[in-house]
Amino acid sequence: MTSPFSVEGLNVSYGGRPALTDVSWAASPGLTAILGPNGAGKSTLLKAALGLIPSDSGQARFFGEGLDQARSRVAYLPQRASVDWDFPASALDVVAMARLPHMRWWGSVPRAERETARAALNSVGLAELAERQIGRLSGGQQQRVFLARALAQKADLFLMDEPLAAVDAVTEQTILAVLHKLVDEGKTVLMVHHDLSLITAHFDHVLILARQVVAAGLVAEAFTDASIAAAFGGLPGRA
Amino acid sequence: MVPPMTDFMRLDLPALLAAILAGGTCGLLGSFLVLRRESLLGDALSHAILPGIVVGFALTGLRSAGPMLLGALGAALLATLAIGWVKRLARLETGAATGLVFTGFFATGLVLLEVTGARSADLDVDCVLFGQLETLVWLEATGLPSLFDPAALAALPRQLGLLAAVAAVAGLAVAVFWRPLQLIAFDPEFAASLGMRVGRWELGLNLLIAAAAVAAFESVGSILVVAMLVCPAVALRLMTDRYRVQVLGGAVLGAVLGALGVLLAGPVPAALGFSLSLNAAGLIGTLAGLTVALCLVVRAMRLSPARLAPAESPQT
Amino acid sequence: MIGHNTLIVLLGCAALGAASGVVGAFALLRGRALVADAIGHAALPGVVAASLIVAAFGGPARSLAPLLLGAALSGWLGLLALRALTASGRIRQDAAIGVVLSAFYALGTVGLSIAQAMPNAAQAGLSHFILGQAATLTESDAMLAGGLALACIGVVAVLFQPLRALCFDEAFARSQGLPVRWLDLVLLALLLAVCVAGLPAVGLLLVVALLIVPAAAARLVTQGLPAMLALAAALGAAAGAAGALISTRFENVPTGAAVVLAGLVGFGAAVAWSRR
Repeated sequence: MTSPFSVEGLNVSYGGRPALTDVSWAASPGLTAILGPNGAGKSTLLKAALGLIPSDSGQARFFGEGLDQARSRVAYLPQRASVDWDFPASALDVVAMARLPHMRWWGSVPRAERETARAALNSVGLAELAERQIGRLSGGQQQRVFLARALAQKADLFLMDEPLAAVDAVTEQTILAVLHKLVDEGKTVLMVHHDLSLITAHFDHVLILARQVVAAGLVAEAFTDASIAAAFGGLPGRA
Repeated sequence: MVPPMTDFMRLDLPALLAAILAGGTCGLLGSFLVLRRESLLGDALSHAILPGIVVGFALTGLRSAGPMLLGALGAALLATLAIGWVKRLARLETGAATGLVFTGFFATGLVLLEVTGARSADLDVDCVLFGQLETLVWLEATGLPSLFDPAALAALPRQLGLLAAVAAVAGLAVAVFWRPLQLIAFDPEFAASLGMRVGRWELGLNLLIAAAAVAAFESVGSILVVAMLVCPAVALRLMTDRYRVQVLGGAVLGAVLGALGVLLAGPVPAALGFSLSLNAAGLIGTLAGLTVALCLVVRAMRLSPARLAPAESPQT
Repeated sequence: MIGHNTLIVLLGCAALGAASGVVGAFALLRGRALVADAIGHAALPGVVAASLIVAAFGGPARSLAPLLLGAALSGWLGLLALRALTASGRIRQDAAIGVVLSAFYALGTVGLSIAQAMPNAAQAGLSHFILGQAATLTESDAMLAGGLALACIGVVAVLFQPLRALCFDEAFARSQGLPVRWLDLVLLALLLAVCVAGLPAVGLLLVVALLIVPAAAARLVTQGLPAMLALAAALGAAAGAAGALISTRFENVPTGAAVVLAGLVGFGAAVAWSRR
């Protein structure tokens, strides 16, 4: 069976300094956590694979194909953003933007796409806040809007960059529930995670990075004290 | 004795039309600059096009819009590239690099203007600084029927032709590309992840803005183009949270300010018996600034009684 | 041979350039360089108003001091408008600068059109404040502008340590008990003073370039703040003097443009030097 996401020989550098060195890895279906210390190249891996930043060498494949062929099956949820929260857009407007490849560019959003967007908002529990301007939402709600946007893309592979960073506990539970539901539907979720909590309880696989692959595989096998120490430089007390 | 309507059509109508078109087009495109948090680029492009305009005039000695437009677009491209170089080579942040480049281009344009003075009799420093709305006349008008007379229409000032063309292109582009423009303004990284070539879209938008700046420049001058690009958009930003209102409202406000400015500068004082005539472009810019001030006040009044705070829904 | 009058004008422009380099260095480090663009454009209505008021009172038409005072007041109003706009939370600084510079300038051009319709002939000189014209400066003009510029350098010299702390680590400076807000205001006041001093020679449109270019060039090739300030002052002075000299020889070239281009030559040299 083709892996939903694989990279081979990926090398990425920023201004001469290496960010990722010779990374080769194939994801398995299910929920995978991408872990590592600061500067390990976790976000870089996703961005380079998606062509958002240039890579020095290597390639990424999505369901066995190149990005341009598989693009409609891939959704990306970037880190809590640099968007302008004062932008004149409601939660529904933001989620509907995900449907752009499926609708015409002028005029109002077709009914079918609007319903898709609404359904996505519903699934993250924000149905009543659909018309609210995004700046008037709390941090957790904003994060859920962006998750809904990714869901509205109706993809088979989800690449997420620290979706649980700096959210409150209730939002965290909501998001994890949504992710599990995706996995139950047969989708693949690769998630850069900002710390080491929740791994054994929620994730199927891990990829531990420290500019190169330190460990990868099932949580029980790859998420060990030894591999964590190797990646995080043996800092005491980390578990 | 010339009938008042004919007088109006000969002396005031061209300026009125030019101001409406310039204000509307710049007001429309200015919203995208403000939403992309790139108002500085509007300032920069308006100044940077000057050397291109002068070269276009001087090289061809023609009074037609084509060479001027091409020169301006070339200058705009060069300036955009130069800003990137300066940021990298001189390790300057965007604001300082942009300021350095656009003042350098503008100064070059001023020098070129003087150096080629003999050939660009049509284009002088006063036009750059103050605009020349008042010089737009349509002496071939003989009354309302002239509006339907192709021969008379052909004698309309050249500036109106270019303004109308750019206005049409801008309006069409915004209408056709409504959703992509919204997405690129809001979240260019997400747009890229959907497969959009964001760099090309941004380049296209910047060239369109440069074209609007060229078209408007000959009527209102370099600095007042900035007023039209920034003020209506800022005014709308202070008043609305809805995208459609922001973009279309900016266009409407720009056009209205243009019309008001021209009318209050000449025709209205004359009708009231004053012999004074004010700089029309300056009056448009002043009204634009006053509108922003008014919107600031209205916004403050709206917000103070009901303090709006992000509300948590029960099931956060 | 350069006449005595021209020499004083050149020296005045050099002083002006030096002050712009020094104050511009701090403005650059604090990320406030473009505020000078707003101040410069905002000064126009003040200059025009001051001229009209002086003429109404039958005062000396060519006197520079009231015009500079008018410029300072209206530049300060521009700064207040900037603050009001950014305080709304909705408008970023670059959009606010665009609004202030264009709207105030527009008001100034309306004022100019009124002034030009008045019988008093002094109004013809007002347009020179827009692009600068060193050739029309009298000795006393040059001394006034130059003196103001040197005063700014003096203030910088006195407040050098606190200003340095402010630019390099604001949080640390605050923790050391430095009055950060007050220092920021002093910096803004210096910016205002330097812009106003630069109006007669360099003009309000291009004075911002004199604040950015020498400082940017100096930062590129020096290490440490004192060296940067010294080089910025030197480059600014050279640009000021060179620009003034060029524009007295070629009267069609506005001094502001000549100064900016001279400054850019220095900048180009600095870039080339930094890459060798």
